[in-house]
Amino acid sequence: MTSALMLELRDLSKSFQLHHQHGARLNVLRGLDLRLHAGECVVLSGPSGAGKSTLLRVIYANYRPTFGAVHVRHDDRWLDLAKATSHEVLDVRRRTLGYVSQFLRVIPRVPTLDIVAEPAVQMGASTENARQRASDLLHRLNVPERLWQLPPGTFSGGEQQRVNIARGLIVPRPVLLLDEPTASLDADNRAVVAELLAEARAAGSAVLGIFHDEDMRDRVATRLFPMQALEAA
Amino acid sequence: MSALLQVRGLSRHYGQRVGCEDVSFDLHPGELLCVVGESGSGKSTLLNTVAAQLAPTAGSVRYRQRDGEWLELGTLSEADRRRLAREEWGFVTQNPRDGLRLNVSAGANVAERLMALGMRNYSQLRGIARSWLERVEIDASRIDDAPTGFSGGMQQRLQIARTLVTQPRLVFMDEPTAGLDVSVQARILDLLRRLVNELGLAAVMVTHDLAVARLLAARTMVMQGGRVVETGLTDQILDDPQHPYTQLLVSSVLTT
Repeated sequence: MTSALMLELRDLSKSFQLHHQHGARLNVLRGLDLRLHAGECVVLSGPSGAGKSTLLRVIYANYRPTFGAVHVRHDDRWLDLAKATSHEVLDVRRRTLGYVSQFLRVIPRVPTLDIVAEPAVQMGASTENARQRASDLLHRLNVPERLWQLPPGTFSGGEQQRVNIARGLIVPRPVLLLDEPTASLDADNRAVVAELLAEARAAGSAVLGIFHDEDMRDRVATRLFPMQALEAA
Repeated sequence: MSALLQVRGLSRHYGQRVGCEDVSFDLHPGELLCVVGESGSGKSTLLNTVAAQLAPTAGSVRYRQRDGEWLELGTLSEADRRRLAREEWGFVTQNPRDGLRLNVSAGANVAERLMALGMRNYSQLRGIARSWLERVEIDASRIDDAPTGFSGGMQQRLQIARTLVTQPRLVFMDEPTAGLDVSVQARILDLLRRLVNELGLAAVMVTHDLAVARLLAARTMVMQGGRVVETGLTDQILDDPQHPYTQLLVSSVLTT
């Protein structure tokens, strides 16, 4: 297998310094190396507190690494997100790196359909085309059509999660980070998500995710990446 | 991509007292930058100094105008500064009464900046004013009413229409949603978010409300005592604050 390398973490460490908790320091990641190729789905495994979500957030540049490098293939060059400017990070997020958490960030007054369509519009799609793609995804994820014109603030956890997945997948991105995107979904909808991920991989996306549900993990993972908590180790 | 605004080492003192000190940043076209911090942290002083409404004590502000030429704001004549404010910039104040003309109608408030650009056709001006009132969700039947009879939220939406009607390239906003009810605030934030996206505006917005920054701005600067203590992507600043002051600010927000 000679799929393209898409993401490479080298000697990555992350600790949090809490200035108002007597300067407490939490070491969460230390000296971590990881390589992710196009078409594979690597699932982070390990107990709560092992730093799985922290790792995804560091890769997305939501958290700033304390040490080490996050190399991402962006267009045809390599960029270290640990050193990139804010404008470079924003461009990588727009076109290369997607992130879906288990929580939807609700925007007041914006209807579901537009929340899902927004990333496509930002990539230059017409509103009409973006809404069409949004409808297709919402259909597949079994979000009832009567909800599409409503802001998702009052939806159930599972409905919000499906809206979030649709928003995260509407633009095909070469690297996808998924933090428990199926935590509150029933078996049918988990199957739909597994299918969508298989399609993304077939189209060349590299996926790095957290899935606590074993059935889901077995279905989507091509490889596991075990992690354990540092302080306990 | 090349910047629209370059601020370098900008300081503004009031006698011995520091308003803002040694601030540098770039702003790109289509980008909204939030400046957060408590009252007295120098946010508004910075905004007014960048917008050339206050003279800097030190440092420079460069602006790339529509024709691509870079202007050094400190060396511009008063007439040129006024031309920029009229043709390329907009300013939204916290209190809409400071940004509106209260003794003329809502329609005239919207049309005035267009007239300053030379548009004279009455029915065309009225048509644009009407469509902008609708855009900011003010009933077009209020076009001939003076804004004195409007609620605070309506006045703020009118000020936004008045400012954006000329399609400025750069907008300065000083706490545009402070002092409004939360429901009114949500409406104005949604409006700003849509207009900024649709018009591709670049904007610098001062706010003390971190949720506003999260909703609107890709990048945020945190100020304390006149200095920028932390700057970065808004989600980095809010989710992984590094500076003690930012950590305090973020941990003090009430969540519902």
